[in-house]
Amino acid sequence: MSPQWIAVIGTSSLAFALKYIGHSVPESWLAHPRIQRITALIPIVLLTALVTVNAVTTKTKIILDHRVAGLAVAVTALVLKLPFPVIVVGAAVGSAIAYHFGY
Amino acid sequence: MSVKRDSFSLSFAVGAYGTAFGAASVTAHFSVLQTCLLSLLTFSGASQFAVIGVLGAGGSALSGIATATLLGTRNALYGLRMAPILKVRGAKRVIAAQVTIDESTAIATAQSSNEDQKIGFWHTGFGVFIFWNAFTLLGALGAKAIGNPSAWGLDAAVPAAFIGLVWPRLIDTKTRLIAGAAMALSLALVPFTPSGIPIITTAVLAIIVGWRA
Repeated sequence: MSPQWIAVIGTSSLAFALKYIGHSVPESWLAHPRIQRITALIPIVLLTALVTVNAVTTKTKIILDHRVAGLAVAVTALVLKLPFPVIVVGAAVGSAIAYHFGY
Repeated sequence: MSVKRDSFSLSFAVGAYGTAFGAASVTAHFSVLQTCLLSLLTFSGASQFAVIGVLGAGGSALSGIATATLLGTRNALYGLRMAPILKVRGAKRVIAAQVTIDESTAIATAQSSNEDQKIGFWHTGFGVFIFWNAFTLLGALGAKAIGNPSAWGLDAAVPAAFIGLVWPRLIDTKTRLIAGAAMALSLALVPFTPSGIPIITTAVLAIIVGWRA
């Protein structure tokens, strides 16, 4: 089985399990403030790491290329409070332009 | 009824963003079928982007699954919050669990009456599900028709999507400092660890900071 298939099946099964557990366990099990705090912080660290790794690295090297231009457009759009599709499409356009200029 | 209207607008806006996922997933070397199955079965945007982001950057299936699953832990807390509102069992609970995501929980918990909470949850849950899956297919087919993803900026759409997801969570100095630390830690690990490890390791920061309040 390819890594992609393993990832699809593993991610989907565990994602559903987490959702179903939430609906089924007694409230006291997950209501501990420590669990609530950690769960709120996890998306912040993982998503930030995902931004970083996908924007400025290739395999195990730090590489600054056209993607940085795209990310700069995305940050500008976020500062201007533009809607989500504008952020993603703007980043793609910015990156594509930089790519065509040879970055 | 305004709760139904709110549910619909939010569902369409969020669902349309499935186009970005479909395109990003195909760019990260997932097939159109695998891409659509992720949207149907995982059905949690951040987790889906995470798994394709990790594998697309050369990480293993295991680190992709682990990162996506950690991001999905918040859905368990949403389920916990929704259970006493919905009071459903059996097959209905299975369906409720599958559509328990950021948006359905947010709309539901913003309502004051129990009736509106239920309407908000189901309408938003199903609404996002339908639009998210339809637009995923559209994005996947679109990206497949395109030859070189870099030429169309698709490789920058992935980090842009992640930064769009994390931005609204950076609400104060503490959250910004943690994000800065996660950025530094992941960059520091990139040259020395296999792909995927620099991402999942940052979860330690959340545990350390969250443990002590």
